[in-house]
Amino acid sequence: MRRLVPLLAAAVAAGCRGPQSMLDPAGPAAAAIARTWWLMAGAALAVLLLVLGLLARAMLRRQPAPPMARPERFIVLGGLVLPTVALFALLVYGTLAGRTVIGVGVDTDRVVRVTARQWQWQFEHLAPDGTVLARSLDRLVLPQGEMVEFQVGSEDVIHSFWIPRLGGKVDAIPGRSNRLRLRADVAGAMRGQCAEFCGREHAHMAFSVEVLDPASFAGWLDGRAAGDAGSTP
Amino acid sequence: MTEANAAAPAPPDAAEQQRRLGALQRIWANGPGLVGQLTAVNHSTVGLRFIATGFAFLAIGGMLSMFIRLQLAWFGNEVLDPDRYNQFVTMHGTTMMFLFAVPILEGFAMYLLPKMLGTRDLPMPRLSAFGYWCYLFGGLFLYSSFLFGGAPDGGWFMYVPLTDATYTPGISADFWLIGVTFAEIAAVTAAVELVVTVLKTRAPGMSIQRMPLMAWAILVTAFMIAFGFPPLILASILLEIERAFGFAFFEVARGGDPLLWQHLFWLFGHPEVYIIFLPAAGMVSTLVVTFARRTMVGYRWIVVAIVATGFLSFGLWVHHMFAVGIPLLALSFFSAASMAVAIPMGVQLFAWIATLWSGKPWLRLPMVWLMGFFFIFVLGGLTGVMLALVPFDWQVHDTHFVVAHLHYVTIGGMLFPLFAGLYYWLPLVTGRQPGESLGRTAFWLVFIGFNLTFLPMHLTGMLGMPRRAYTYDAALGVEWLNLLSTAAGFVLTVGMMAVAVDVWLHFRHGRRSAANPWQAGTLEWALPLPPPPYNFASIPVVDDREPLWRDPGLAQASAGTAGLLGDPAGGRRELLGTGMISGAPEQVIRISGSTWLPLLAAANIAVLLACFIAKQYLLAAALLVPLLAVFLRWAWTTGDRHAPLRIEAAPGVALPSQAACSQAPGWWGLVISLLIDGSLFASLVFAYFYLWLGAEVWPGPGSETGALALPVLALVLLVGAGLAARLALRGNDRDRPAQLRGGLLAAAALGTGFLVAHGAALAMVLAAPQQHAYASVVWTLAGFHGVHVLVALLGSGFAWLRSRHGLVDAQRRLDARIAVALWRYTVGQGVVAWLVIHLFPRLA
Repeated sequence: MRRLVPLLAAAVAAGCRGPQSMLDPAGPAAAAIARTWWLMAGAALAVLLLVLGLLARAMLRRQPAPPMARPERFIVLGGLVLPTVALFALLVYGTLAGRTVIGVGVDTDRVVRVTARQWQWQFEHLAPDGTVLARSLDRLVLPQGEMVEFQVGSEDVIHSFWIPRLGGKVDAIPGRSNRLRLRADVAGAMRGQCAEFCGREHAHMAFSVEVLDPASFAGWLDGRAAGDAGSTP
Repeated sequence: MTEANAAAPAPPDAAEQQRRLGALQRIWANGPGLVGQLTAVNHSTVGLRFIATGFAFLAIGGMLSMFIRLQLAWFGNEVLDPDRYNQFVTMHGTTMMFLFAVPILEGFAMYLLPKMLGTRDLPMPRLSAFGYWCYLFGGLFLYSSFLFGGAPDGGWFMYVPLTDATYTPGISADFWLIGVTFAEIAAVTAAVELVVTVLKTRAPGMSIQRMPLMAWAILVTAFMIAFGFPPLILASILLEIERAFGFAFFEVARGGDPLLWQHLFWLFGHPEVYIIFLPAAGMVSTLVVTFARRTMVGYRWIVVAIVATGFLSFGLWVHHMFAVGIPLLALSFFSAASMAVAIPMGVQLFAWIATLWSGKPWLRLPMVWLMGFFFIFVLGGLTGVMLALVPFDWQVHDTHFVVAHLHYVTIGGMLFPLFAGLYYWLPLVTGRQPGESLGRTAFWLVFIGFNLTFLPMHLTGMLGMPRRAYTYDAALGVEWLNLLSTAAGFVLTVGMMAVAVDVWLHFRHGRRSAANPWQAGTLEWALPLPPPPYNFASIPVVDDREPLWRDPGLAQASAGTAGLLGDPAGGRRELLGTGMISGAPEQVIRISGSTWLPLLAAANIAVLLACFIAKQYLLAAALLVPLLAVFLRWAWTTGDRHAPLRIEAAPGVALPSQAACSQAPGWWGLVISLLIDGSLFASLVFAYFYLWLGAEVWPGPGSETGALALPVLALVLLVGAGLAARLALRGNDRDRPAQLRGGLLAAAALGTGFLVAHGAALAMVLAAPQQHAYASVVWTLAGFHGVHVLVALLGSGFAWLRSRHGLVDAQRRLDARIAVALWRYTVGQGVVAWLVIHLFPRLA
């Protein structure tokens, strides 16, 4: 038993890995959400077992058995008090987690403009004055440990910008610019994908994400600024 | 109530009883042969048709889903190309929601409610028959798109701009918008019908506190349809006129907003979830009582929970839109509201468990399906609470996690209770007893197949697989999960086929059932099996929630002809109308028998819509003429226009006929219809203000506010029409038919004047509707109201004609009341529209 638990945990952890797995977080927002998930999954399992246990008790009583003593109190406790308390606790926890997820109190280090179109992602690293430092298609390069603000828009239909290992998604809507802030704490490769159905090639509207350590990132940015980024408007 | 029974002086002798039963059979039976089937309006026939058609669409939608699962079984599969995949996904969702879930529950309600409430039919049988044909034709319409250059492929929620004329040229999206709206006529007419049924035709003595919980669930559901479907109907109309005529509601470049579609869609789409869940919960409540063999513990708690669910369901629509960029603080409100709906669900759940705990549970086949319901629905509800949490939703929104969740709540919350209900009520239809063995095998196949299909899908989504993607990358590592889902999907399918075979065998070879095989307490089990077309030879009088448990003689009494309406002397189909709250007898309702009119009207609409989709707009408009003629004939011949003022319901118990009763079903039908129409209008006003919120200039380019003189004149004319209508009704009530007719004519003339003046006023200041969202929405608002003025004109003409034929007088007020009510409503709507159109832009 003592050996089984870590083994099981390892198996679960391995099963949760993947370039697009929200259960394999690589940043604070995704980590907060993954923690929320495990907490909610545990609580949900407990509620499910409670309900099924009560149901089994109700169905499998040996007859004749004494009926429930105060059924109305049972309804109030189970149907009113239990969910109210549990949901209130969840709401408080969720609001706090939500603050972590959107990075309340954390300054933005860098801005990337994301433009979605059928079926392609365009990423533009912006300087503080709004000029484009680097542009790339279907490939997003991010610095490790920096809070990046993504300004997400669309040129045609609605898409959704999503890098599960870093955090939640935000829709790319024509005529709007939506903000999403993410931080990657782990260097390496991962994957993002369009989450809102956008037509024929929706399934293939994915992009690679490379998180570079600060030095490599600076080098990459310099290379891009000198090279192709300036050539296309 | 009991004096009504006691009032019968002497029971009819055997020969008289035979004569009466024969007459009832003759009056209530459908006509012979195919003609009889096409003209049938009886609630049993229509209800069973809804159910059979619904199951047919379930089979078709299920087949589509198997293709989807095959395509996703392994990455890079090529079972379906992306276009075909998108069509199948769209049609699967659309079919299951609009052609299976909602109509089949309406079918159950239409078939069961009159029997459970102790009446003979629905009070507006033509309306429900008409709804059925609209549903059938709408469904065929949608599927015919496969023959004409491709089925809709924009997803079942049809987000713009993907579905507008730029990104979906051709007619596939038009098929969706028009076909679904056509089929939705059935939902809306059913809502009117079912509200009136529950409120007005319950058995005497069935006060509102004694109503079966199923009836409560249907009542609340019908009201939810009344308020929930209009936003989608409006959105579909707006998108269709944007696609067909180039109006601008959703296109950003011309001042529109794509999120307007999402708000309207989910204003429908979330209540929709409870629209399909509540009737199923009503079935659960019914079955739990029967199989616990005791009355419901916490009846009042369940009623409050049902009503609370109805209200809460309208406050959660934004939880489908957590990722569109609304600020977190605003989302928190919708998050809390979405979680709060778990409370009424919990109350119902614990009331069911408490009832089982307090009773002597009996684990028969329907109850086995309910055990599956408890497991799956609770799990689906728990993931629903998770999704209500904003940050978690940001991750799993639009992934297979949501696909898993929605199948847990819809299949668990609706399909399992539906199958339980199917097995429970089958003896009522067939007079046979369901066998247990194949049914139990089918249950286990469905239960295991379902869970193995959808439980792994939660993980598939969390590993990063978005929904509606026709394939996925091997790197995601979800191929084994998908393969498992596909394999289990086949187990589920085999289980569903086993249910079908079991039901078929039951119809053919089932053992004859004794009356009331489950020893249930509600009125439908008082009927002989299978029930006669008139249900009850005498309308039963009840004094308990489970009248059959309280009064074992009730079944025999209601099958005899000694009681209320037992003597069909008038030779017409008659129902007893009772008080909304009290259930005290107040009128005799004569309803229509078999007729071609519902089929003719629906077929006419089908041809009209086909012309519209083929862009033959003039032809489509011309087809309004025969349609109006059919509806006029319908209105003229509905019920019994020559009914006497008072009808004997039993010896010594004379009640007014409906034309002479202030509580006539026609009147309440009008009230509910106007409620639905008001919701449609409110959705349009919402669209106006939503577009204004996002607009930079208001009025939009090319439009101006202009002078107020002409609009004020128009308003005066409109209010004048309303006053003339009131004077007309006052004249009628003082037995002055000339004043009635004169007033109606004056109202019609003033209404026409309004249309001319208002049209001219708008034409002077408004740009063409194609230019900007402002012009589009104002023209649409004015046009919407203009249509109502035309309807009020027609109503006046109708009442005028009825008065000329001597069918309206101070006692028979119904037609005059309806005509005048149409004016009052139209004036009220017109004043609101006028304030929005003419006053608001001056203030904004």
